[in-house]
Amino acid sequence: MNSVPDILRILPEVILTLTGVAIMLIDASWPAGWARRPLGWVATVGALLALWASLGQLALPAGAGFYGAVETSAFTVFFHVLICGLVLVVLLLSLDTLPADSHHQGEFYALIAFGAVGMCLMTGAVELLLVFIALEISSISTYILTGYRKDTANGPEAAIKYFLLGSFATAFLLYGIALIFGATGTTQIYEIARLAPAAQNQSLILAGLGLMLVGILFKVSAAPFHVWTPDVYEGAPLPVAALLATAPKAAAFALLLRVVYQMLPTLRPVWSPLLWGVAALSMTVGNLAALRQQNVKRMLAYSSIAHAGYLLAAFSGLGTSGITAACFYTAAYAAMNVGIFAVITVASGYDEKLPLIADFRGLIYRSPLVGGLLIFFLASLVGIPFTGGFLGKLTSFSVAMKGGAVWLVILGLLNSGLAAAYYMRLALAAAQRPKEGTTAAPRVGVAVGVALLLAAATTLVLGVLPGSVFHAAEANAQTFSATPH
Amino acid sequence: MTAINNSILTLILLLPLAGALLVVLLPERGKLPNWIALATSLVTFALTLHLPAHFITGQSGFQFEVNWQWLESPAVFYHVGVDGLSLWLVVLTGLLAPVGVVASWKAIRERRKIFYALFLVQQTAMFGVFLSLDLLLYYCFWELSLVPMAILIAMYGRRNGPQAALKFFIFTFIPSAPLLVAILWLYAQTGSFNFVTLQTAIAHGGFGAWPLLWLALAFLFAFAVKVPVFPLHGWLADTYSEAPVALAMVVAGKLGLYSLLRFHIGLFPQQARAAAPLLVALAAVGVLYGACLALVQRDFWRLMAYAALSHLSLITLGIYGLTLTGWEGAIFQILNHGVVDGALFLLLGVLYDSYATSEIAAYGGLARKLPRTATAFVFASLAMIGLPMMGNFVGEFLILLGTFTGVSKGWAIAATMGVILGAAYMLWLIQRLFFGPESALALSKPPEDLRAGQLAVMWPLAALMLVMGVAPGFWLYPIEQGVRPPQAAQLTREPAVAPPQPALPAATDGEGQR
Repeated sequence: MNSVPDILRILPEVILTLTGVAIMLIDASWPAGWARRPLGWVATVGALLALWASLGQLALPAGAGFYGAVETSAFTVFFHVLICGLVLVVLLLSLDTLPADSHHQGEFYALIAFGAVGMCLMTGAVELLLVFIALEISSISTYILTGYRKDTANGPEAAIKYFLLGSFATAFLLYGIALIFGATGTTQIYEIARLAPAAQNQSLILAGLGLMLVGILFKVSAAPFHVWTPDVYEGAPLPVAALLATAPKAAAFALLLRVVYQMLPTLRPVWSPLLWGVAALSMTVGNLAALRQQNVKRMLAYSSIAHAGYLLAAFSGLGTSGITAACFYTAAYAAMNVGIFAVITVASGYDEKLPLIADFRGLIYRSPLVGGLLIFFLASLVGIPFTGGFLGKLTSFSVAMKGGAVWLVILGLLNSGLAAAYYMRLALAAAQRPKEGTTAAPRVGVAVGVALLLAAATTLVLGVLPGSVFHAAEANAQTFSATPH
Repeated sequence: MTAINNSILTLILLLPLAGALLVVLLPERGKLPNWIALATSLVTFALTLHLPAHFITGQSGFQFEVNWQWLESPAVFYHVGVDGLSLWLVVLTGLLAPVGVVASWKAIRERRKIFYALFLVQQTAMFGVFLSLDLLLYYCFWELSLVPMAILIAMYGRRNGPQAALKFFIFTFIPSAPLLVAILWLYAQTGSFNFVTLQTAIAHGGFGAWPLLWLALAFLFAFAVKVPVFPLHGWLADTYSEAPVALAMVVAGKLGLYSLLRFHIGLFPQQARAAAPLLVALAAVGVLYGACLALVQRDFWRLMAYAALSHLSLITLGIYGLTLTGWEGAIFQILNHGVVDGALFLLLGVLYDSYATSEIAAYGGLARKLPRTATAFVFASLAMIGLPMMGNFVGEFLILLGTFTGVSKGWAIAATMGVILGAAYMLWLIQRLFFGPESALALSKPPEDLRAGQLAVMWPLAALMLVMGVAPGFWLYPIEQGVRPPQAAQLTREPAVAPPQPALPAATDGEGQR
């Protein structure tokens, strides 16, 4: 096909797989008494190498390897870098958060690495069956990670819920793939794009698209496929919740972009209003439910549902501008969400000493750094200017406006006004003077410090000097329009 | 000199941010954050003085303009500039910053790094609002100005900070959602956020009547809450009684009033004209309502809040009277109100710091113990009441004159009644705080009168009140240049005005407007 060795097309995935395997082997061969924390550093190094390999893929000529199954392009590199960056932050966070004596630390780090393999592969795959396999790799890893705290009541419950509902959703996806295969006779995305418009049985394609959308929208936790989110976030350990809220969603959004804009662009009149409706529903349902939450993790879960809605608004934008806005928003969303979860992890600790919003009272007095960062990330979630959250919302809504979805924009901005109420509740609680005799200042370790710095710097840069990320997002859109047919 | 002229606005915007960064990075040792904030705000103030010194009066359009592309898609520009409308407001913002630092010097005892850093960020946001000529950039600063305010109210609230902060934030954040929709809609239609471009496009009739009506309403609503205009003032009293003194003195008024004049009237002259009768009525009611409520307050922060409502309503009246006299008076009165409110808040802050209560009834007979405070307070109150030879007199007179001749005698008379009531509540406040028998409170503590630092601020402010009253022309001349051509002068209703034509911004030669 071309002169590039196929292995280079999946180099980041290979590195991550080797990392995961290495961790498991080391874990098994080390004496029981030895600390497992170094395994986290192994995973961190693996994530860094994968990040570097992803960037290196920019030098490759865009195209597909393994008989048209995996692609590298500006688009895949963008999402690879994003996912590896998120995994890196989550690993650094876990390093300082997991108690030294916690069980199965080796598996914990290995599963994060394996999950990252699935997510990365999901963004690069241009063959629907590979997409499915990638989705399963990522999902199964995250199911297990969700139930990591076996000794708590809601940990295993969350894992079971996530597993059952998630399997169901993946089945939908698989069924949709089958129908599309039935209609076009292929599972290669470019081939489908070429064959679908002329296919005999259009209703089969429509049904296939609908079923696939169910599966993907479940993964991005858009309403009405969102019910699992709060329970799962609540039950998962905080670093895992940080991962769940960001990396798999970024991968799923990449997949959604690929499916609608690249695989079935001609069906735009069908999927655009559909996603329009899902966007409107997600932001409204997410925000209304979040308003009533007292538990911080549940509140953030509903907030992430609302953010999926804002992001989907970009899909009502026309062609390239919609893709650009969606990519940019995904990056901004991921940066600020991993940041807020990281801050809450630091403040609350592994055993979650501060489950409720009211418990955060006085955080800024106890630790100006942690409290200040909490408020900064919340400001970004609210959409205060000069943060990534604002520019993400802005680009998303401005392309929606250009695409003619004025009502969606009005609804979206009224929603973000509503959302300000619950974000501000947490921010203002943190700013309030503490009661007498409240707990001591949270300790910020080196690894966590680096993680927080990464997330905060990214959120700030995306809000003030977004030029380079924006260009990268535009390059993504270009790769779609320059698709070989 | 051109190099300075080209970069002065950017410097004014960045310097407070740099100061904030410095405050954050350096340790909280002794009074270090205070000194950094003071130095930064003084230097910034000095920089703002460059503007009037090199402002070319008589030249229409914007000066000291900078226009760089910030974002490509949507095409947002870092576009800043100054004209007669914003010139003095920028200087006022610069002036009030050191006043705010001095007012917080003793009041803020814990977490001073956060306080001064956010205070300085707030300065940048306010400068940004006055300087931005790109609607989206303007919106960014507009929103940014909410955050430090809300957090500082929550952190340093006297009794119920977080609730007041939430109220303030929600009240002002939700109306800005329609504002952003309107701005994005304009962008979707024209591909530009540029104020002048949009003004021209709207004036040349590029839009239908219905969209324009909705746009104008969205702009009006967002600004009217921020001023606040009469029925939308729900946040004001709580914010005044909870906010740290340095922020209470800037929270209401100038941002919203300036935005009304620049963006509501400036972009949508016809719609503003249609809305004017309603706003004039609301403003006149607000003058009376605020004054009446101020009369019955038991808490001096709340009294100041309703007094502010009354005064700001009077300025709104001047703006929506749609007369040049009224506009000049309105801008001038914003300046006066800023200076006088700054002084009064500083003094009330001194009282609150030493006696820890804002209940008026607890005070009494302080004049003998705190002669300097009492003198300064009486002086500033007299300025606020509008004693002739003081700035407020000129401002109020221009506004009422414009209303009387240009709008209706009835509303002018109603507003004048409000001004008279203003004298009543201020004089009564003076009597209850400083005169009469010495209260138990006054006897309970050793007197702590104004100190050198506070005097160093009070003297210039007092002098300014006097100079602005004696020589208002110095300020009014650039203001006149500012409100005249760009504000679609055909709109005004003064007798000599020509019949309404499609407004041509910045193109009229100002003939026949007087």
